[in-house]
Amino acid sequence: MIELNDYLILSGLLFTIGLVGVLRRKNLLMLFFATEVMLNAANIAFAATSHYYNDLSGQMFAFFIIAVAASEVAVGLGLLIVLYKRHGTLDLDNLASMKG
Amino acid sequence: MEKFVYIALFAPFVSSIFAALFGMSPKKTFVGVIASLLLATSFLASALLAMFVYQTGGTIHVTMMDWIGAGDLSIPFGFVVDQISVTMMTVVTLVSTVVHIYSIGYMDHDKSFNRFFSYLSAFVFSMMVLVMSDNFAGLFIGWEGVGVCSWLLIGFWYHKEDVSPEENPSISPSWAANEAFIVNRIADLAMLVGIFVLYWNTGSLQYDVVFANLPYLNQTVLTTAAIALFIGAMGKSAQFPLHTWLTDAMEGPTPVSALIHAATMVTAGVFLVIRANPLYSMPEVGEVSYFIAALGTFVAFFAASMALVNRDLKRIIAYSTLSQLGYMFAAAGLGAYWIALFHLAAHAFFKALLFLGAGNVMHAMDDELDIFKMGGLKKSMRWTYIYMGVASLALAGIPPLAGFFSKDAIIETAFNEGTIVLWAILVVTAGMTAFYSFRQVFLTFEGDERYKEFGIHPHEMYKYVLVAMSPLALLAVIAGFFQGGFQTFITSGDVMPNYAMSEHTHHLVWILGSIVLAFAVGGVLLARYKYASGLKREMKCENSFIYQLLKNQYYVPQFYAEFISKPYAMISEKMWKTVDMKIIDITVDGIAKFIYSSGDDTRKMQTGNLSNYLNWMSFGLVALLIVAAISSVIG
Repeated sequence: MIELNDYLILSGLLFTIGLVGVLRRKNLLMLFFATEVMLNAANIAFAATSHYYNDLSGQMFAFFIIAVAASEVAVGLGLLIVLYKRHGTLDLDNLASMKG
Repeated sequence: MEKFVYIALFAPFVSSIFAALFGMSPKKTFVGVIASLLLATSFLASALLAMFVYQTGGTIHVTMMDWIGAGDLSIPFGFVVDQISVTMMTVVTLVSTVVHIYSIGYMDHDKSFNRFFSYLSAFVFSMMVLVMSDNFAGLFIGWEGVGVCSWLLIGFWYHKEDVSPEENPSISPSWAANEAFIVNRIADLAMLVGIFVLYWNTGSLQYDVVFANLPYLNQTVLTTAAIALFIGAMGKSAQFPLHTWLTDAMEGPTPVSALIHAATMVTAGVFLVIRANPLYSMPEVGEVSYFIAALGTFVAFFAASMALVNRDLKRIIAYSTLSQLGYMFAAAGLGAYWIALFHLAAHAFFKALLFLGAGNVMHAMDDELDIFKMGGLKKSMRWTYIYMGVASLALAGIPPLAGFFSKDAIIETAFNEGTIVLWAILVVTAGMTAFYSFRQVFLTFEGDERYKEFGIHPHEMYKYVLVAMSPLALLAVIAGFFQGGFQTFITSGDVMPNYAMSEHTHHLVWILGSIVLAFAVGGVLLARYKYASGLKREMKCENSFIYQLLKNQYYVPQFYAEFISKPYAMISEKMWKTVDMKIIDITVDGIAKFIYSSGDDTRKMQTGNLSNYLNWMSFGLVALLIVAAISSVIG
């Protein structure tokens, strides 16, 4: 039987993977992917706890997140394309124009 | 009648504001004229109020607005016109009006003419607030206002250079102004303590409430309040040991000296004691009152002795004020409050006249003040001679002039109270007063014309100025005749206890009067014998120890300079170099440096690389989570 804890551990693992991706990857596109992973980790936790408590608001929230993530990707990818056209690269080390 | 109260009070204020509008512009004569007219209005209103109080015997009490209300503390902005305050108002506004008109002539060539009138009227307004207030808080506001205005006016010629103390003992107007201000602040601290003590124990600052509650207070409270209030009065009225500022204040323009000495400043201390007479009449504070009388007598003698040898025209008059203030305190301390107030009024008239006369002389002599360089001025300045002669006769206490009646009454009081020592000192002082005032008059106006060798061409003051001075001269002559009427008037209300001589003194009044008169006439004759024919300097006498002691003002200023000012300056320097620079400054600078350097260091974080930012962000997030976890564990 799969318990709530198992779901939460999976969620935690996915979140960690996403976080490491955000911290370590240099390509902006990869950063996006990592963010998606983190968001979906949260979704798993929401859905699992919602089921556990027999309360639908958690699953509702998961749907919200999916919607937000989709629109974020739509806008984000558009920006990435513009960025790529302008600089010819998506490597963060080469995009450091805001140096203080 | 209420509107007269407001007119009397606010006309000087309007005058001050009006003159201030032209403060920065060049001399405009109409500013002086309008200021004088407004002051005259104030005087008229005061005189009408005096008539009203005299005829009906009633007092007028107005509350303009609630001023401070916090918890139990409620201080209305209220004014009271009773026998005491109406006397003061009339005297103050009369003298001030004359001084204003006089200033139009005296400050003729001064480029800050308009500014001068603004200050002068503000001075009068402060004094009016002081005397008319119906509570200690209002009195204190006026008290401080008078202090500020005196600072502004004594230092009016602040641009004058400092000179060496040999040439001019008070160095410069700005120095003198600061001295006056600081000495008064010291005394004001004590006065505030007195006011707090009264408030703490009676729960009010209104005169009537405070005085009604006095019998329920214990001796310690009463004594503390009496002493503290008197220290305040000592500062303002320049009693020993806080007297040095008064003679140094002669650095201000002469009309200011007249105002300070006759109407608006030094009388405030005497007024305070008179106003608080229910407190000082309490049997519990008998020792304080006796101390006031003794100190007053001492100052009367002390100041008169310094005036004997001084060469500075204005300083001699300043010492005589000090001496006469001593007389007033002597009377007040012995319980004869109405006599103190009577002497205050009479003194105001002839002292203002003396100062304005001295101003005429200065004006004629190109600001020369050394009476050894004058002499024979009666030819060119006949009217000034008459005025100053009359004023000096009044000061010396020669009948039938005002000073005779008022001073004689004080000396009689001292006899009546059985304080023979005080009586004897006051009698001797009366003789000294006559001597120094006529020494000054004769050296200035009689004898050989010593000013010629300095190339000075004296000339009489403007006509209108001389005319403006005439009311003072008239009052200096006749004020004494109103003694009986004044006594009935002032003691008719319940604000002032009566004081009458005992039967025994009454029998001796002729003998006592003749003794005083003999001393006074003797003083005048001695001055005439020594100085009327010209200045003969006796170097042996001048080099004697006593002469030098008096000339150096008993070395009190030197003492203050050596034992107070210099150590204070030394301590200040030490504190500046150690505490201020090494502790406070370093702490403050350290904080600033830390913030600077931390900013500099953390700036390196801002690489422009999103990846780094994200790293820092998650680091911060983790740090916050850890803090939250720890704090939740600790609880």
